[in-house]
Amino acid sequence: MSAYTSTLGGERHRFDSLARLLAAASPERSGDRLAGLAAGSARERVAARWALAEVPLAAFLTEPLIPYETDDVTRLILDTHDTAAFAPVAGLTVGEFREWLLSEAADAATLAAVSPGLTPEMVAAVSKLMGNADLVAVARKVRVVTAFRSTIGLPGRLATRLQPNHPTDDPAGVAAALLDGLLLGSGDAVIGINPATDSPKAVRDLLQLLDGVIQRYAIPTQSCVLCHVTTSVDLMERGAPVDLVFQSIAGTQAANASFGVTLGLLDEAYEAARALGRGTVGDNVMYFETGQGSALSADAHHGVDQQTVEARAYAVARRYDPLLVNTVVGFIGPEYLYDGRQILRAALEDHFCGKLLGLPMGLDICYTNHADADDDDIATMLTMLGVAGASFVICTPGGDDIMLNYQSASYHDALYLREVLGLRPAPEFEAWLGSIGLLDERGAIAAAPGAHPLTAIGRELAA
Amino acid sequence: MTDSQVSLGTEDLALWSALRRHTQARIGLGRAGSALPTRHRLELQTAHAAARDAVHSPFDPDLVAAGLTGMPTVRVRSAAGDRLTYLQRPDLGRRLHPTDRAHLPTGDWDVVFVIADGLSSRAVHEHAAAMVRETVARLGSWRIAPVVLAEQSRVALGDDIASTMRATTAVVLIGERPGMSAADSLGAYLTYRPTPGVTTDADRNCLSNIRPPLGLTYEVAAGKLAGLMGRARELGATGVGLKDDADVPLLEH
Repeated sequence: MSAYTSTLGGERHRFDSLARLLAAASPERSGDRLAGLAAGSARERVAARWALAEVPLAAFLTEPLIPYETDDVTRLILDTHDTAAFAPVAGLTVGEFREWLLSEAADAATLAAVSPGLTPEMVAAVSKLMGNADLVAVARKVRVVTAFRSTIGLPGRLATRLQPNHPTDDPAGVAAALLDGLLLGSGDAVIGINPATDSPKAVRDLLQLLDGVIQRYAIPTQSCVLCHVTTSVDLMERGAPVDLVFQSIAGTQAANASFGVTLGLLDEAYEAARALGRGTVGDNVMYFETGQGSALSADAHHGVDQQTVEARAYAVARRYDPLLVNTVVGFIGPEYLYDGRQILRAALEDHFCGKLLGLPMGLDICYTNHADADDDDIATMLTMLGVAGASFVICTPGGDDIMLNYQSASYHDALYLREVLGLRPAPEFEAWLGSIGLLDERGAIAAAPGAHPLTAIGRELAA
Repeated sequence: MTDSQVSLGTEDLALWSALRRHTQARIGLGRAGSALPTRHRLELQTAHAAARDAVHSPFDPDLVAAGLTGMPTVRVRSAAGDRLTYLQRPDLGRRLHPTDRAHLPTGDWDVVFVIADGLSSRAVHEHAAAMVRETVARLGSWRIAPVVLAEQSRVALGDDIASTMRATTAVVLIGERPGMSAADSLGAYLTYRPTPGVTTDADRNCLSNIRPPLGLTYEVAAGKLAGLMGRARELGATGVGLKDDADVPLLEH
C-alpha cells in the first residue's frame, strides 16, 4: 500500500493509502464525517487534492481500494477492464485526466470509446478535482442511448419516471395518480411504482394494472413495480407482465449482500427478462437504483468514501446494459447528505460518474423533511442536471410522495425543465402524446386537454 | 387566488374531486404556465414548514414533566450537543452524554419510560406525558422507574438508559420524522432487556402514528403497548418473536 504526501504552506500532509487520499480529497459531506473518513480540515482536503492530482490513473488498476480476493465488485471492475480502450488516457495523472475530459479532444465519440477503459475509482477520483460546472460541462458531452418501448438519452430529450405510489397500493389511488401524470406528459422513461409490500400477489396486481393501461392506450413506455429481484424472477416464471427488472444495488459485495443481491442473482434475472422479448424498439431490461450512503448504512463501506463507493455500484450496473440507472440522491437523510448544497454536489457527481462509465443516468432529485433543503433546492438541482443532460428524472404528483414520505420533483417541474431548456420527451412517447391530442401547436403539453380519451380512466374510477 | 385551478374547467374539477377520494396524492392541481398554481405551491410550503418546525423546535422537558403529575423524572442528554450535530451524527444520539450517566438512579425496576425528542419535539410535547399516564394506569403491579426525559435522543439511547438503571424493559416514546401530512406523530419502542451495542432494531416492537384524533388515540395505543409489555415479560423477549399485534417497526430513528 502506497503512502501519498503533499506539502501545503509549509505543512506536510500524509495519506496512508489511496482510499484515505480519495476520502480526504472528497468535497465535504456529513456521511464521510459519520464514517470518520472526511478530511480533518479544509487545508487537509486541498492538500489531498494536490496529491491526488499527481496520482497516475493506472495506479487504480494496481492498488484496489477493497481487496480483489474478498469483494466481487472489485473483481468485476478489474476482470472486465478494457486495456485497449484505456490506452488513450493510460499515461495521464488524475489532474491531467481532468483537463483532457474538459478539452475539445474529448468529444462524445472519444468519451464513448474510452468508457470501457475507465474504472469507477478513476472517475470518482477525477470528480473530486472538478467543480460543479466541470461536472456539468463534461457530462453533457456524453450520450448514452438505451431503449425498450421508448428511447432514452437522445440529444435534446428528457424522459421522466411517472411515480404514482400509494401507501396501501390501492388500485384506484394508483390509477388516479397515473392519470394525473400522463395528462402532464410524464412517464416516458417508465411508469414505476414503489409497492407498499414485496408480496408477489401485490406486485403482480400492480403489474397487471400498469400493463392494462399501457396496452389499452398503446402507450410507448414500460412499467416497473420496484420489488426485490427474486420476486421479479418468481413472477416472470409465472407469466406476470414484467417489462423491467428492478433492483437496488451498491458498490461492495457486502452492501449488495445486505440488499439480498448477488451478481449471480442479477445474471439470472437479466437473462429471464431478456428472454421475454417484451421490448419493441430495444432490449435494455434492467432498472437499477443507487445512492450515496447505502454502503455506510449497511456497514459495508470498507473505509472507502461514500462518493467513490457509489461509483463502484455503476460497475455492477454496466454489466447489465440497463435501460435506466437512477441515483436517489437526497432520500437517505441528513446524516449522509446534510443540506441542499451537499445533495446538489452528490447529484452532479453521480450523474457525471455514471455517464462516463456508459450508463443511462437519471436522478431522483429529492429531500426528506429532516434535511436542510426545500423546493428551491429541487429547482436548482433540476436546472443544473437538465443542463448536464440527465437522461431522466423521477416525478411525483405535486412533488410529494405520500407512500415513501419524501419530496421529489413534480410533473410540473419536468414541464418547466423541458420548457426552459427546449427539451422534448422520448420520441416514441412524444409521437403518442401528439396522436391523442395532448400536445399544443408548439409541441408542448397542452394546458387544457379537455375531454380527452385518457380521462376515461378517471371517469371509470370516479363512477 | 379565489380560483387558482388555472387550467381546469368545471368538468375537470368535478372529476379530480371524485378521484381524490382514492388518494391523498396531490393530483389534478392545474397549472400556471408549467408551474403549480399559487394556492397549491403555498399548500406544499405550509406542510413543509410544519415539518421543519417540528424537527427544529427545542425540546422542553419542563413542559413534559408538568404533564406527568406526581411522577419522578430524571433528565439526560445524548452525546449530540445540538440539533445540527444530532441530525448528522445518529451514533452520538444513541450515546449518553458523559456527565449525565450519573443522573440515572439504579433500582429493581420492571420498566423505564424514556421520553425522547427524536425528530419531532412537537409530538413529544403534545402526546408523550398522556401516553405514559395512560400506559401506567394499565400496568398494575409493575415497578416503574423514574421517567427519563432525554434530549437529542435516538431510540437506542433507551438501551443505555435501561441497562444503566437496571430496568428490565425500556419503553421509548419518541417524536417520529415529520411527514407532509403529520408533524406530531409519536412512536413507542418496546425493548426487553436491552444491551447497548448488542440490541438491534430487530429486537424491538414498535407502535407508530400515535397522534389523536387523526392517528392512534392514547387509549388504543396504551392498551396495545401494555398488552405487548405483558406478553414480552411472559416471552422474555421483544422483537420478531413478538410480532402479532404490533405494527411494522419504523426504518427511521
